[in-house]
Amino acid sequence: MGMEGIGARVTRKEDKRFITGAGRYVDDMVVPGMKHAVFVRSPHAHAQIKKIDVKQAQAMPGVVAVLTGKELKADGIGNLICGWMIHSKDGSPMKMGAWSPLAFDRVRYVGDAVAIVIADTKGEARDAAEAVEVTYKELKAVVDAVKALEKGAPQLHPEAEGNLIFDWEIGDAKATDAAIKAAHHVTRMKIVNNRLVPNAMEPRAALGYYDKGEDHYTCWTTSQNPHVARLVMSAFYNVAPENKLRVIAPDVGGGFGSKIFIYPEEVVCLWASKKAGVPVKWVADRTESFLTDAHGRDHHSTVEMAFDKNNRITGLKVDTVANLGAYMSLFSSSVPTYLYATLLSGQYNIPAIHANVRTVYTNTAPVDAYRGAGRPEATYLLERTIETAARELGVSPAELRRTNFITQFPHQTPVIMCYDAGDYATSLDAAMKAADYAGFAKRRDKAKKAGKLRGIGMSCYIEACGIAPSAAVGSLGAGVGLWESAEVRVNAVGTIEVLTGSHSHGQGHETTFAQLVAGRFGVPIDSISIVHGDTDKVQMGMGTYGSRSGAVGMSAIVKALDKVEAKAKKIAAHLLEADEGDIVIENGALKVAGTDKNVPWFQMALAAYTAHNLPSGMEAGLKETAFYDPTNFTFPAGCYICELEVDPETGLTEIIQFVAADDFGNIINPMIVEGQVHGGIAQGVGQAMLEGAYYDASGQLLTASYMDYTMPRAGDLPSFKVSTSNTPCPSNPLGIKGCGEAGAIGSPPAVINALTDALGVADFTMPATPSRVWAAVQKH
Amino acid sequence: MSDISLTVNGRQVRAAVEDRTLLVHFLREHQGLTGTHVGCDTSQCGACVVHVDGKAVKSCSMLAAQASGSTVVTIEGIANGADLHPVQAAFKEHHGLQCGFCTPGMIMTATDMIARHPEGLDEATVRAELEGNICRCTGYHNIVKAILAASQTMSKASKPKKAA
Repeated sequence: MGMEGIGARVTRKEDKRFITGAGRYVDDMVVPGMKHAVFVRSPHAHAQIKKIDVKQAQAMPGVVAVLTGKELKADGIGNLICGWMIHSKDGSPMKMGAWSPLAFDRVRYVGDAVAIVIADTKGEARDAAEAVEVTYKELKAVVDAVKALEKGAPQLHPEAEGNLIFDWEIGDAKATDAAIKAAHHVTRMKIVNNRLVPNAMEPRAALGYYDKGEDHYTCWTTSQNPHVARLVMSAFYNVAPENKLRVIAPDVGGGFGSKIFIYPEEVVCLWASKKAGVPVKWVADRTESFLTDAHGRDHHSTVEMAFDKNNRITGLKVDTVANLGAYMSLFSSSVPTYLYATLLSGQYNIPAIHANVRTVYTNTAPVDAYRGAGRPEATYLLERTIETAARELGVSPAELRRTNFITQFPHQTPVIMCYDAGDYATSLDAAMKAADYAGFAKRRDKAKKAGKLRGIGMSCYIEACGIAPSAAVGSLGAGVGLWESAEVRVNAVGTIEVLTGSHSHGQGHETTFAQLVAGRFGVPIDSISIVHGDTDKVQMGMGTYGSRSGAVGMSAIVKALDKVEAKAKKIAAHLLEADEGDIVIENGALKVAGTDKNVPWFQMALAAYTAHNLPSGMEAGLKETAFYDPTNFTFPAGCYICELEVDPETGLTEIIQFVAADDFGNIINPMIVEGQVHGGIAQGVGQAMLEGAYYDASGQLLTASYMDYTMPRAGDLPSFKVSTSNTPCPSNPLGIKGCGEAGAIGSPPAVINALTDALGVADFTMPATPSRVWAAVQKH
Repeated sequence: MSDISLTVNGRQVRAAVEDRTLLVHFLREHQGLTGTHVGCDTSQCGACVVHVDGKAVKSCSMLAAQASGSTVVTIEGIANGADLHPVQAAFKEHHGLQCGFCTPGMIMTATDMIARHPEGLDEATVRAELEGNICRCTGYHNIVKAILAASQTMSKASKPKKAA
């Protein structure tokens, strides 16, 4: 498709500003008269607020205003909500507790905001925040979801008796129980998916600006979906009507899910900008990010996997308790349900599945989507179980998987999903070859002679991306549709602007989206600009998460391009006095097929705008809009293999090699896809070996800085061996499946399967820190 | 308040700053050089790395007053006019960045690393030397590749000069 079109390894257009220090993030924005905000936060995990005394703080140097939850409520600002309705199996709706953007009667986790202090400088605001006197009556806290369900546990919300938000199920319980009863072998495990903090490198930030003259608000915010932020803040939080609220998400320094949600801070900064009469900027420090960004994972599950005598899986039964923290974040209910349990069939033909999921309030930060969101939890559970089953059954892990692979498509699983295409054996073969799986035994022996324990493990993941047909997600409880929009504007000189509702915060849309257009019309990639992240420029969009920008966002662009092309051809045919059906677009010109008659792209565009000589009845201009609603989820899949070596003396574990073989369907830019896989693997390996968010029993977060929470660093990781295969996705015009989350989904079980292989233990709870590995070696 | 005087990206700068002003805040808020980022507040992440008198320094762990009399170079000051510094060019060429937030610190660390290793770099050394810089997007794979490539480009560029 040429040097700049689909499939080309084009270097990124957006890089120049980032490598020269010219990126523009929220913290870089300055508005005349702007003041700085610091939030007063609860030091207690659970307490009643008896009194908030702001007098002393208000008198401090530089202080403009100190505002509390009572004033916020008095102004009618609404509670934060969860936008995905889940019903319990008894038919009752989920029990959503009230979440005021500023707590006024009770705090429910350490970091819960109770007041905002606005001052001339951040230093002054910080000083004054120290002087706000809040009198608390401490209450007993509970941080563990399983304990929160026990009788006598501290109760968080009057709406949710026993801290239970919902008790939900999917699949056929009877058939699954029967399969387990009749099984030749059943593998049973308890699986913990450790709690993580997303840790985008740019801390969250918000700048609220109220224009008195226009009675209009602007919010610069670190968001993956500014339009959703505007919609929710207008429709539910009563900040301002949509036509009076502009949300801008400029350069955003990573998201990984944590910047999907609408948090208290942006709502409060907007409200406060009117109340205090000054633009208000808040930027989280890193500890605030640890305390208040939505966390990820935190599942406790039991699983039973049944096999017949031919080693075919006959049933899978799962029981999961998911910690949702102190309040229900925007999409929190969907993560342990429709993004998790619908993927429990994995790559395998499983005739009967049943999953029961209980979600629970605890005195911890809210838990919501983090890279993969539900799918890593499903994959970890399934891939740890099948690996363990292979060991119990005495068969090779690869062969047990192969025996159970789905090979016919489309394939309807017992848990809603209908897989449209895939070739799982090809990924498995590619990964085993790249890892020299056959030569492992020799390497293990060699390592043994050196006093090291070597292990190898694999993981065959599947995920559902794109999310998804609006009608389908609507029927499952989503409060929004999950289409995407695009507008293609061809300017009078032939340059092109593409407005998209997707948002780039590292994914490289300014390059890949431009490649799509460059390839289609044969125009230079530099003549194409991608516009995103501003609700005043782009009318509406659903944003970027769930690996959806390629499959859904680019499909919307394709639809708009179809319309542009049709009109461009009509204009060219008119100018060339040819038949519209004979016009082809090649190398930046519209040609009459089989002749040398042509009109250059820019001349056609100019003709559209001069409108001197257009076909009769045609409107001037060349600008088209499209909304694309997917017809199905997409199903990326692949195989990951990890080989590692444990030093039994120290517990130090080194990853010797990490192989990824992914099937992402068609690929726009292999360089960018590889980068997404690298980053995903690093986060997955981080979860498996380094990361964990820990609260003590009183609800204090013990891992609230980079001194305590281990982020993967360069020295913790090897270079990765990545490759892709391609079964095109039949469900969208580009055949794209999505690649953003695969690495984080597929890698944790590969690492732990390798570790348990090395140690010869049945199970190991993540993360595999040296002290825990050492302890496991001693115990063995 | 402290009166400070220093050179920033080749320009002489004088200012009166609050004593507690960190170098990073002086650069970002007083000088408008927002390419240097704050990612962690505990001098772990390295998004704030600049060069002070030719050495890589985390500007969140130095007071502006301590930098008085020094020569400071930030990410905005390392290109030669329109020509990118070889490390900047290598980060683009090898896709060594995604969201771009850690990138300025990475590039400033890398240029310092390459300068300290005129004998050349290998992967293990680069990974060890990146200990003070955290990236959440790239898994470091392409950052390591970019630094190794830049190191080679720069040593090639410096050799003919020695011969001449």
